[in-house]
Amino acid sequence: MIKPHRNHPLWLAFLLHRLSGVCLALYLPVHFLVLGLAIDETARLGGVLRWSETLPVEMAVMGLVFLLAVHLFGGLRLLVLEFLDWHDRQKSVAAAAVALSFAAAAAFFLQVI
Amino acid sequence: MIGVRLYLAQRLSALILAPLVAGHLAVIFYAVQGGLDGAEILSRTQGSVGFALFYGLFVIAVSVHGAIGLRVVVHEHLKLAGRTLDGFTLATGAVLLGLGLRACVAVVG
Amino acid sequence: MSQAKEADLHVWRGDGNGGGLVRYAVPLRDSQTVLDAVTWIQRRLEPGLSFRFACRVGMCGTCAMTVNGKPRWTCRTRLKDVVENGRVVIAPLENLPVIKDLACDFSSFFGKWGKAGGRFAATATRLDAVAAIRPDSRRRRLADAGIECINCGVCYSACDVVRWNPAYLGPAALNRSWTLVNDERDGGREKRLRAVAGAGGCHNCHSHQGCATLCPNELNPTLSIAGLKRATALAVLKGEM
Repeated sequence: MIKPHRNHPLWLAFLLHRLSGVCLALYLPVHFLVLGLAIDETARLGGVLRWSETLPVEMAVMGLVFLLAVHLFGGLRLLVLEFLDWHDRQKSVAAAAVALSFAAAAAFFLQVI
Repeated sequence: MIGVRLYLAQRLSALILAPLVAGHLAVIFYAVQGGLDGAEILSRTQGSVGFALFYGLFVIAVSVHGAIGLRVVVHEHLKLAGRTLDGFTLATGAVLLGLGLRACVAVVG
Repeated sequence: MSQAKEADLHVWRGDGNGGGLVRYAVPLRDSQTVLDAVTWIQRRLEPGLSFRFACRVGMCGTCAMTVNGKPRWTCRTRLKDVVENGRVVIAPLENLPVIKDLACDFSSFFGKWGKAGGRFAATATRLDAVAAIRPDSRRRRLADAGIECINCGVCYSACDVVRWNPAYLGPAALNRSWTLVNDERDGGREKRLRAVAGAGGCHNCHSHQGCATLCPNELNPTLSIAGLKRATALAVLKGEM
């Protein structure tokens, strides 16, 4: 249950930014390690990449594309909030950031299937 | 638990990352659209100065950004503070930077 | 359908060592505020119930409490508007130590007001002419936007950064600091910017905007804090700090 004082769209936008950030930070070392396999071990990298073409993995990658996009657009929202003149459409901008991220993830998924 | 200098590092790295992440998303789209396999991807990245600069900068910026971001999270939710917190921040940045640069060398070299 | 004649007020009773909710049945009246209901309990049922209030008309900022999980002025909250299934939960403000029942200790709140450079630094004396400040100048308008704060503690109680990082100065103190940064008569700008740029300073704000959402005076501390972030960042980039 979400606490009543947090029950507003901009708090949820924060939550999404934090969760996506933490997930990306945890995923990055794994991503780097896998890419590092390309040193002398192109065959193993190829194996990982072939494995990555299975549907569950592609679903997971779509999730990662969403996380990356939502952290990017949500981050741009914060930079605009902090560095440009204030505007009163905060909720609309947050909603647009999430919508764009869903669009990016959906476009990715439509490409791979 | 950040002051103005860590804040600036966080926001400047974000400003650098924004176009790089957009570019990275474009690369992902391009790769899956062309149905490239590992060998094809590597054949395009290896020896490419553009790739090296793009992802080298990406890795440096993301190490700074990720380390400060996680610093705030572990302070607020795990109550790490003081020297432990500083150590955590530096270690996180170093791990991201080390693994990231190694990956760059692997993909470009 | 007949209207309910009573509401169950679940009021937090206790002190710094702990406590819990106690149920009181209070008759519903027209135009009755939550503060009226709490006062009714004190006069008719529980003379020992402790809470603060003074003006009863939304000017003094002393009667703020947590009503159904949200901090609000109880004198400007009609009981009927917050009764849910015949029930209202009334608790002290959060993020402040409880003294007793619904009364909190505001020492840390006002202490941070001082730490954030909340004191005006005069550059003239009473012998000097009154400063002429154009009402439509940019800085005057920026100061105006935040100046109506009466320090009720609603934003501070709603702020999750204060909850997670107790050193954080909080929305009210930083809002005050921003109004002084924009006060053309003030001479403490440099010191004040330093005060809000440290470990518990403005840069810890995550722009949840709970403060702006819940401020009964419809102020926007997030906007003020963003102004401080910008001013301090620019000062560092220019080598002034």
